[in-house]
Amino acid sequence: MVKALLEVKNLRTEFHTEEGVFPALDDISFSLNAGETLGLVGESGCGKSVTALSIMRLLPYAGRITRGSIYFDGQNLLKKNEKEMRKIRGRRLSMIFQEPMTSLNPVYTIGDQVAEVIMIHRNTSKKEALAQAVKALEMVMIPMPESKIKEYPHQLSGGMRQRVMIAMALACNPEILIADEPTTALDVTIQAQIINLMLKLKEELGTAIILITHDLGVVAEMAQRVAVMYAGKIVEMADVQTIFEGALNPYTEGLLKSIPSIEQEGKKLHVIKGSVPHPLHMPQGCSFHPRCPYVIDKCREVPPGLINVSATHYVCCWNINREVKQ
Amino acid sequence: MSNLLQVQNLKKYFPIGAGIWGNPRQQVKAVDGVTFNVKEGETFGIVGESGCGKSTLGRVILHLLEPTSGKILFENKDISHLSKEGLRQLRRNMQIIFQDPYASLNSRMTVSYIIREPLVVHGIGTRKEQDERVMELLNVVGLNSSHARKYPHEFSGGQRQRIGIARALALNPKLVICDEPVSALDVSIQSQVLNLLQELQSQYKLTYIFISHDLSVVRYISDRVAVMYLGKIMELANKSDIYRQPLHPYTKALLSAIPIPKVKAKREKILLEGDIPNPASPPQGCRFSTRCPVVQKGCAEEEPEFKEVMNNHFAACHLIR
Repeated sequence: MVKALLEVKNLRTEFHTEEGVFPALDDISFSLNAGETLGLVGESGCGKSVTALSIMRLLPYAGRITRGSIYFDGQNLLKKNEKEMRKIRGRRLSMIFQEPMTSLNPVYTIGDQVAEVIMIHRNTSKKEALAQAVKALEMVMIPMPESKIKEYPHQLSGGMRQRVMIAMALACNPEILIADEPTTALDVTIQAQIINLMLKLKEELGTAIILITHDLGVVAEMAQRVAVMYAGKIVEMADVQTIFEGALNPYTEGLLKSIPSIEQEGKKLHVIKGSVPHPLHMPQGCSFHPRCPYVIDKCREVPPGLINVSATHYVCCWNINREVKQ
Repeated sequence: MSNLLQVQNLKKYFPIGAGIWGNPRQQVKAVDGVTFNVKEGETFGIVGESGCGKSTLGRVILHLLEPTSGKILFENKDISHLSKEGLRQLRRNMQIIFQDPYASLNSRMTVSYIIREPLVVHGIGTRKEQDERVMELLNVVGLNSSHARKYPHEFSGGQRQRIGIARALALNPKLVICDEPVSALDVSIQSQVLNLLQELQSQYKLTYIFISHDLSVVRYISDRVAVMYLGKIMELANKSDIYRQPLHPYTKALLSAIPIPKVKAKREKILLEGDIPNPASPPQGCRFSTRCPVVQKGCAEEEPEFKEVMNNHFAACHLIR
């Protein structure tokens, strides 16, 4: 077996708030191989962004990693100090954020911002870095990069800004790119452009991607493997085909059925009853059991763990041998 | 079925950038000559990307914004030049559900007051009758009487949207304009709200104008669909026609761009180049000509007419005969 590039083991991240301490991530384990795209899906508040921030060690003040390990290329990132982390971030591990409007600095030109990454990590002169920035913008197919580097973020459209973000993230050719909802703020036709661009760049550069999104369509187009998250836990993980065609976790099943599709025309939409529990008032046992149509007694008492059903398919559920309800 | 609403060559321009004497130098043509009818009891979907004018159109129909020109007929009565009192009467029959359930409810009011307010404004019923109506509405949208005394911040996004729906239904309107009602919600909550909207429609014989950027949601809920681009309708047809055999190149590109949540659903994608042009200076001729994959010589010169190209299937493109 190939050695994983990134290995997250039993990660637990807690948030300390005025109302109390709650785990945003509870016992998260997954691995990422070189060159692979892993989709991390789930609804808002399920902990997918916190997973990304934990790996980048960019958690806000209230967040603490209390257990587990994150091995990147054989080294535990949780043992690194801030100075060492800074050398890794941007060079070997990069991240792009959802909101391209707010993640660029409005008072610096595009060129300055892309060149900054290159100057810091490659110790080049400003002139050399700007030349490389032009190349990076060319790579993300921004027209007329020589003149674009002198422009400010507000002069660019949403799609162009997201391209700039991608150029910044890939400028130092990182091994892993974490993309947190990279197309959510964009229109469909622009989203299609960005997805196309990311697929092309991945092919060329061989970057491994952790793709965080709530859009199962985007996952189906980009990811090879998918981890579904619910209330701070991974509830199912498998290759993309298994997730879409042979999902075993009731939450995954419900999520897939809730999307309006051609087959459902004229029929009632499937509904997952209720809503996501408040993190401070998590139900006993399986956190999905109050909403689950297949709940059995055991679910109410003991939380299920993530178990293998095949070599690559992991499920967290007590009742996987159920009969599927229509 | 008779037409509940007729919109004829409706325009809404916003002035931007004052010149030296305070005259606007430019105008954003948010809605630029739109014509359609909405039949009683149907769901009329309006889709388009951001900035295409779909929300402005919704607001102009409701007269939350004054139209620049054009006609709006509701039940065959021209409502384009109504007095304040006339408008107030009109809004008994026309209500709106907004996109953001966090911003559209007053955080200082209890839920019962929020839902009651339309009844108070229109002077309907005694206090006791209003109370009963509020409870009835809460039940109708799937909440219960224990929620009445709470404030909006105590509710989740989906529940807040239910409150917004209850408020819109308080006056028994005929037409409800749903402006991106599920865009801010998660998938599992989205399906709950969509089902609710459909139940309410058959129960109360409502007519919906459903505005959204999400083509799958519009496909699910609408009977007829209009596709907008830069202030104009590019194509309008029955849902099955527009999704099964789109005629306009923009509709085709838009449909091919939706990521489908299925593996092996790989299709040929029509990738549009470039961005949506600035609505303050839309391209000459056909608005879509700058991004159109099948653009021809005359497209940038002459604006195509929006006409019926097949039975009940309208489109604005020179290439469709």
